Amino acid sequence: MSTDNIIEIHKLTKVFGGVTAVFELDCTIKRGELLGIIGPNGSGKTTLVNLMTGFVKPTSGKILCNGKNITRMAAHKIIQLGIARTFQMVRPFYQLPAFKNMIIPLYSPRVKQMLGGRYGDRDAVALDLLEEVGFERDAYVAYKPAGALPQGYLKRLELAKAIALQPELIILDELFSGLSLAEVASIVPIIEKLRQKGKTIVMIEHRLKELFRIADRIMVLNFGCKIAQGTAEEVMASEEVKNAYLGSER
Amino acid sequence: MKKRKERIDRGIKARSGDIFALSSWREMLYVAGPRLLPVILFLLLPLFLSPYWQRVMISLAVFALLAISWDMLAQSGMISLGQALFFGMGAYLSGIINHAWGIHPFITIPLATVFGGLICTLILLPVLRLRGIYFSMFTLILPLMLVRTIEATKVFGGTEGLSGMSPLPSGWLELYLIIIATLSVLFGFRRLMASDYGLVLKGIRDNDRSVTNAGINIYWFKAQALFLSSAVGAFAGAYMTHVYMFVGMPVFALDYSIMPIASAVVGGVGSFAGAILGASILVPLSELLRGIGGLRIVLYGLCLVIFIVAIPEGIFHYLQRKYQQVERWVDVDR
Ligand SMILES: Nc1ncnc2c1ncn2[C@@H]1O[C@H](COP(=O)(O)OP(=O)(O)OP(=O)(O)O)[C@@H](O)[C@H]1O
Ligand SMILES: [Mg+2]
Repeated sequence: MSTDNIIEIHKLTKVFGGVTAVFELDCTIKRGELLGIIGPNGSGKTTLVNLMTGFVKPTSGKILCNGKNITRMAAHKIIQLGIARTFQMVRPFYQLPAFKNMIIPLYSPRVKQMLGGRYGDRDAVALDLLEEVGFERDAYVAYKPAGALPQGYLKRLELAKAIALQPELIILDELFSGLSLAEVASIVPIIEKLRQKGKTIVMIEHRLKELFRIADRIMVLNFGCKIAQGTAEEVMASEEVKNAYLGSER
Repeated sequence: MKKRKERIDRGIKARSGDIFALSSWREMLYVAGPRLLPVILFLLLPLFLSPYWQRVMISLAVFALLAISWDMLAQSGMISLGQALFFGMGAYLSGIINHAWGIHPFITIPLATVFGGLICTLILLPVLRLRGIYFSMFTLILPLMLVRTIEATKVFGGTEGLSGMSPLPSGWLELYLIIIATLSVLFGFRRLMASDYGLVLKGIRDNDRSVTNAGINIYWFKAQALFLSSAVGAFAGAYMTHVYMFVGMPVFALDYSIMPIASAVVGGVGSFAGAILGASILVPLSELLRGIGGLRIVLYGLCLVIFIVAIPEGIFHYLQRKYQQVERWVDVDR
């Protein structure tokens, strides 16, 4: 590869009406790393994901993916380059069985291109992928309508849909929120397995303890600005981060 | 001997998911019956009808096609209030081609179907990004604008329209061609929407961001759905031009926009079969009420309201549910 950075972001700004969601942000995502992004509510984390995946167009600034300018590229084209993301709010197709929810990502041009039409039966591939993220095959969970599944499975489904696209970079927007400790513990190995396969992962999380255990590097946002980055210990030692989370004494 | 009740579809459903491994004639009939019934009815009924009611049958098929075309768009997340645009476009295209060069209907109709579909798709392309009511408003306004344009500029015969188009070769052919076309579109579209491709279209309706997130260009898929739908509408229009041997401003009338929606809603949205069923009820009903005179529209509206209030899910879905609940007595083996 031409560069070690899968994503490079230069002076990225997004203003919604009067609200500046992201402000002059510079950051890079290294190939193969697991980057954690944290920050208080409304600090612009989801907006940053939307900008990287083309769902929202920046007010100014530049985003490169593998050295290629994707700043104003359409969302579906960016996804085809190998960036997959999950949504903070899961919205599956509730009437459809869980495995049928996988058909749409498996129909993607990206999958066709990666597997060269060798994927055979989509239903079978869907069931395999769901098993990978913890849909127990013997229990026939994958055949249940998505509307009947508990939150934990819906989050896994969301993850499986991202994995199905065979991405280089996976961005997980608060995958752990709303899950019990046990459920989080059962998803962590899936993420670690993805890393072993060489995927680059970005995790937006409020569950700091779980995140710090697996992340290589943490970036902290506040009011759309990067206020700290480094290892978990480094960022948590920062005064600015403490103030952002706990409030400063004024 | 002891007996218990069992739903007929119990065993069948488990086995006929994908492959048909049905064991008896009765089971095969159970699965095939609902598909065969409309085919047999549509093919045999015209033999027993008076020429007047055969005419009604053609009009029924036309509205059924428009209703299917509407349902196709609705299933892909686009609510059209302007089926008359598709109908009128096809009607005028075949009319103009036939009027100018005297080309045979067997050529003008396919031409008008394809190009009518293409032109409608191109016209609506800029508003594909609009969602919900904004898209709908646009489709409502377009046919009205086209009528006024024809009226003001006096193109294509202006208010007089174009007449003297070639008729279809024979009366029977005229009737059966459109019936076969309607049935083909019904089964074709049902199959399409049940495929993975159809799943993507329905996905766009339910949650378009999630489809985009799969790297799929939703506008390209919407444009394809729009083309399929408008081509079917244009076919219906082109056909009627040759049935009436005339085309004029009434082809853009509101009837062609409203009636298909009413048919699909009464029959049941999302199945195409409901669209045909709805048209099969509403079109003859409208004919029967013709004798009543002034209050016709009031009575007609009343019937519509009754249908929709009594069976809001649509008649087809209601029948389908009942059919799947049919029970039989089976031996309890102990
Ligand atoms: N589409 C939008 N239109 C207007 N304002 C928006 C939009 N999306 C986000 N914002 C605003 O941008 C700011 C950042 O929001 P964002 O969702 O990116 O925060 P977040 O860090 O993901 O928060 P959370 O932790 O609650 O998910 C907020 O003030 C929000 O109100
Ligand atoms: Mg967020």
